[in-house]
Amino acid sequence: MLPTAIIVFREVLEAALIVGIVMAASRGALRRGLWVSGGIAAGVLGACGVAAFAATIAAAAEGMGQELFDAGILFAAVGMLGWHNVWMSRHGRELAATALQLGNAVKSGARPLWALAFAVALAVLREGSEIVLFLYGIALAGQGGPLAMVIGGLIGLALGVAAGTAIYWGLVSIPMRLLFTVTSWLVLLLAAGLASQGAAFLMQADLLPSLGSNLWDTSFLLSDQSLAGRILHTLIGYTAQPAGIQLVFYAMTLLLIGGLMRLVGSSERLAHSKPQGDSAVIPAE
Amino acid sequence: MMRRWVLAISFVCAVAAPALADDPVVTITLKDHQFVPSEVPVPAGVKVQLQVKNEQQVTAEFESNSLHREKIVNAGGEITVFVGPLDPGSYEFFDDFHNDTRGHLIAK
Repeated sequence: MLPTAIIVFREVLEAALIVGIVMAASRGALRRGLWVSGGIAAGVLGACGVAAFAATIAAAAEGMGQELFDAGILFAAVGMLGWHNVWMSRHGRELAATALQLGNAVKSGARPLWALAFAVALAVLREGSEIVLFLYGIALAGQGGPLAMVIGGLIGLALGVAAGTAIYWGLVSIPMRLLFTVTSWLVLLLAAGLASQGAAFLMQADLLPSLGSNLWDTSFLLSDQSLAGRILHTLIGYTAQPAGIQLVFYAMTLLLIGGLMRLVGSSERLAHSKPQGDSAVIPAE
Repeated sequence: MMRRWVLAISFVCAVAAPALADDPVVTITLKDHQFVPSEVPVPAGVKVQLQVKNEQQVTAEFESNSLHREKIVNAGGEITVFVGPLDPGSYEFFDDFHNDTRGHLIAK
């Protein structure tokens, strides 16, 4: 029961942290709960599908199907999170300025919440399929009986969801005008971390060189397998022993999404700083 | 554009394909939550093909932080994992679904 709880918790944790951040990032947006829960539901369904076809996926691409599949999911999630961040750097300011006005509902309707929902679905699918495979394995082997498995699974799920809820409440206690800045940084780091994980899978599939298999080793400070290590792994892509190619993908993602955000954001500021009588939107910095 | 992609893909295949043929193959078997052998000697400085067999009734995940590898091995299934070229030394791997199940690659 306990090992089941621990494994389910670990896998749920990563998806739950992402859901918590996404919920905080989309605070105040119309029907975000519907989008995000839709994403979770799609992810759960997808996870069952992936688990059912696990053997087929694994055998694809000359035995490298798992790696390509994981990398594809991770990079798709990076794209979704990046797209939402860039969109928000263009429109976030006006959304924040009108947060308490009625018109906000209309404006936030155009917001690409589908991108966040898609990212959530991918995260749930990836972690969920591992849970399904793991639970299916112990169910088949009849280890400890079905009751212990169900209870263990539920405890793990509850703890993981609690962690996601905690990060959500922590974030929404931040004042609304700062929340956009904080969550877009968090989403940016999250995306960079996912890209570095994706690079590791392509390296494993032998499609990318490692560029130095272990640049440094901080496992004596914070192990990848410790709870804090796992949380930081999800949040900012922490790896105790990173390969060079992971660092390259991490930096490229930060530069690409961060650069696009600045570019789009500054042109937006420029447009608003022209004297048009309405100075409600004051360029920050 | 299309041509460039074809070129890129055939380049990738050309690089990846010989790896399948020539690399030393090392087999590791999972039995009763033990890696057999648990100390696996491999040559340093070359790419090595690991065949990980799971002779258990439960799913396993072959994982290593220092090797940057994680791959699910279905019950009764077998996977291929390439590692290296490695520097001489010891590299720990484990079954992520049963954390006590551990072993080492010893690169010499």
